Amino acid sequence: MQRIGVFVCWCGSNIAGTVDVKAVSEALSHEPGVVYSINYQYMCSEAGQNLVKDAIRDYNLTGVVICSCSPRMHENTFRKAAASAGLNPYMVEIANIREQCSWIHKDMPTATEKAIILGRAAIAKVHLNAPLMAGESPVIKRALVIGGGIAGIQTALDIADAGFEVDIVEKEPTIGGKMTQLDKTFPTLDCAACILTPKMVDCAQHEKINIFSFSEVEKVKGFVGNFHVTIKKKARFVDETKCTGCGECTAKCPVKGVPNEFNLGMDNRRAIYIPFAQAVPKVATIDPNYCNMLKNGKCGLCAKVCGAGAIDYKQQDQFVEREYGAIVVATGFNPIKLDQFDEFGYSQSKDVITSLEFERLTNAAGPTSGTLLRPSDGKHPHTIVFVQCVGSRDTSGCGKTYCSRICCMYTAKHAMLTREKYPDTDVYVFYIDVRSPGKNYDEFYRRAVEQYGVHYIKGMVGKVAPRADGKLMVQASDLIAGEQLHIEADLVVLATAIEPDKTARPLATMLTASMDTNDFFTEAHAKLRPVESPTAGIFLSGACQGPKDIPDTVSQAGAAAAKVIGLLAKDKLTTNPCVAESNELMCNGCSSCEKVCPYGAITYLDKEFRMPDRTTMVRRVASVNPAVCQGCGACTVACPSGAMDLKGFSNSQIMAEVDAICQMK
Amino acid sequence: MPNEVKAFKPKIVAFCCNWCSYAGADLAGTNRLNYPADVKIIRVPCSCRVNPMFILRAFQRGADGVILCGCHPGDCHYTTGNYYARRRMTLLFSMLDYLGIEKERTRVEWVSAAEGAKFAATMNDFVETVTRLGENKRLEDLRCKE
Repeated sequence: MQRIGVFVCWCGSNIAGTVDVKAVSEALSHEPGVVYSINYQYMCSEAGQNLVKDAIRDYNLTGVVICSCSPRMHENTFRKAAASAGLNPYMVEIANIREQCSWIHKDMPTATEKAIILGRAAIAKVHLNAPLMAGESPVIKRALVIGGGIAGIQTALDIADAGFEVDIVEKEPTIGGKMTQLDKTFPTLDCAACILTPKMVDCAQHEKINIFSFSEVEKVKGFVGNFHVTIKKKARFVDETKCTGCGECTAKCPVKGVPNEFNLGMDNRRAIYIPFAQAVPKVATIDPNYCNMLKNGKCGLCAKVCGAGAIDYKQQDQFVEREYGAIVVATGFNPIKLDQFDEFGYSQSKDVITSLEFERLTNAAGPTSGTLLRPSDGKHPHTIVFVQCVGSRDTSGCGKTYCSRICCMYTAKHAMLTREKYPDTDVYVFYIDVRSPGKNYDEFYRRAVEQYGVHYIKGMVGKVAPRADGKLMVQASDLIAGEQLHIEADLVVLATAIEPDKTARPLATMLTASMDTNDFFTEAHAKLRPVESPTAGIFLSGACQGPKDIPDTVSQAGAAAAKVIGLLAKDKLTTNPCVAESNELMCNGCSSCEKVCPYGAITYLDKEFRMPDRTTMVRRVASVNPAVCQGCGACTVACPSGAMDLKGFSNSQIMAEVDAICQMK
Repeated sequence: MPNEVKAFKPKIVAFCCNWCSYAGADLAGTNRLNYPADVKIIRVPCSCRVNPMFILRAFQRGADGVILCGCHPGDCHYTTGNYYARRRMTLLFSMLDYLGIEKERTRVEWVSAAEGAKFAATMNDFVETVTRLGENKRLEDLRCKE
C-alpha cells in the first residue's frame, strides 16, 4: 500500500473562493492510503513546496497528490520538489481543481464536491504509479530556421554568433522577406534596406550559417534534439555555385512582360530574374511559367550570354536530408486578399492600392523610382485618403477579428512622409482608433497630426467609387462631427490586415506544432513562454506567432535564439519516461502495434523463453525503443493481447481514475 | 415536477488529450467559461490512448455519458493519433448502438488548445443532451453498486 500525502492549494482566493479547501483536505484524508492531508495558501511558493518536501521525509510518503492548478502549469514544479526530497518525481499526481473546477463553477458545494472527486481520482491513480527513470538522448548541435525574413535572419545570426551551425530555409529566391519591400521604418524613419541588407550580407558571409534559398521544408521527423528534415531545393535552372549575379542574363532575356512580385505586380521583370539588387544570394532564377526555353525549347539566350556557364535548363528539384537539434519557425505574414472588400474599389481602380504597394511607390528602388505617382495615369496625386483597419478588427466575418498592430503606425509614417515630400498634398486618415503603444510611437503619431498637418478623422469609409474623370469619390462618416463626408481623392491607400503566411498551416502539421483559430502558431505559455511552441524543440520567431512590427520581431527573434542556444548548449536531454512498454510474456508478436506507431519506435526481437518443463522456446516479441517512443499510446490500444502499456498512463491507472470518478455518491 | 424528486445529475467522463483538448479545457477555466460540474476530465497523452475498454468501464460503473476530445484532424501532436481514435470510436459507437445505448451518450469532439469557448459550449451541450436522456442503466454492472 502506498503512503500518500495530499496537498490542497488555496491559490489565494482563486481556488479557496469557490472550493471549501478545508473540507477537501478533510474528505481526502479518509481515502485509503492517505497518511497526511493538508491545505495551504500557495502550494507553489517556497513555503508550500517545503511543506511537501518535509511531509515526504517526515511521513515516508511514497506518493503525492497536489490539488491545485493545471498540471500544465506546475506539474514540473512539484515533481522537482518531490525529487529534491528523495521521492521519484513520477510519484506525483496533480488534481486540477482550479482551471477545471474553481474557475468554472460558482456554487461552493458543487465545486467542493467536484474537487473531492478529482482528488480521489488522482489518489486512485497514484496508488498504481511506479517510479520512472528519465533516459537521455543526444542533442544535434545545429538549428534550422524556417523563413528568411528579418525574424529568421536575426534568430540565425544570434544562434550562429553563439557558435552553433544554423541553416535558413527560405521559399523565395532571396532572403530578406517583407522588410526588403519597405521604404522607411517607424518611428525613426531609417530606411529599411539600410538596416536590413547588412544583416542579409552578414548571414551570407557567416561561416556558421548556411542559406537554402528557393527551398521548402518537405518532411520533418524526429523530436527535440534530434529532428530529421528533408529540404526541397526547388529547381531555379541556374547553378547557384557558378552564378556570379552579374545580371547579364536578366538584361538580355527577351521575355519582358512578367509581373514583378517584388514590386507587387506594378512593373515587370524578365523570365530570368534577380528579385532586387541587394538579393542574397545574388543568383538568378528562371521562372518556368514564362521562359520560352523551358516552355517550348526555343530560346536559350541566357545560356549563351552567361559567362560563368551557370544556366542549367535540365535542373531538377533536389532533396537534401539534414539533422537538427532545434527548429525555429519564422514564416511571417502576408496582407490579406481584398476580394471580400469590394466597397473600397480595389479591383475597380488602379488608384486604390494597399499600404505595401504604397511602400513600393515611395521606394527609390520601386517602379516609380520613389516618386509618388498615381498608378493609373502617372500623375502626382493631390488628395490622398488612407483607410485604416481594412479587414482588421472585423467581426463581420469578411476579415480578421484581431488588430493587425502595425497599420496605425505605418499609416502615420506614410501620411507624414507624403506631407514632407509633397506639402501641397492633402492627406486624410480615417481610423477607428489610433493605437500607438510603443516607445516613441505616440510621439511619432502626434508629429504626423501636429507638425505635418495630416487630417485624422475618426470614422469609417463606406465606399470608394471611381469616377469617369479618374477621381475617386470617397464616402465616409466623421463620427466626432457626426456628419457624412464626400472627398474627391486621387489616391486611396488601404491599410490591409495581415495574416499568417499560407505555408504556415501545412508546416504546423509537419512539426506537430499547434496553431490558433487564425493560423498563428500558439506559444507554450502566453506570458511565460512566448517564444516556444508547446511542442518541444520548436521555437517561434516573428509574425508567425502574431502580428508584430519590426522592433518587436527583432526582440522576439533574439529571445527565440536564446532559447535555442540554451537547448543546443546541452549535450544530452532527459527524455520523457512516460513511454510504451511491452510485456514480453504476453506479447504474441502480431505486429499490430508496429503498424500504428508514428515514430517507428517498435521493433521485433526473437527472444528465448524458458518453459516450465525446462526446455526453451524462441518467440518473436515487440520491443519499444524508449529514446524514439514519444508516449502517445496508440500501440497500447492496438495491442490485442494487452501486452503493450504506457508508463505513467497505464491501463490500470486510467481505469482507476474512471472508477473513482464514477463512484460518486 | 414534485419537490421531493431530486434533479437528475448525470455522471459524465471526459477524456481529453494533453496537447489540445486538456489545454482547451484549461483555457475555458482561465476565461471563466461555465459548464456543469457533472463533467470530470481525465487527462490522456493523446486521444488514441483511450481504449474502448475505458469507455465501457465508465458505463459499467454508472457513467451516463462519455465524451472523447482530441486535436483537430491533421493537428495531432503525434501526427496520426486522432485518426486512430476516430476509427476506433466509430466501431465502438456502432457496437454500443447495437447494444441499445443511445448514440447521444457518446461523442467525439475536436477541441484545440485555443478553443476554450468551444470546449465549454461542447460540454454544456453534451450535459444537456445526456440529462435529457436520463440515467444510463443498460450497461451498468449491478455488482458494482453498493
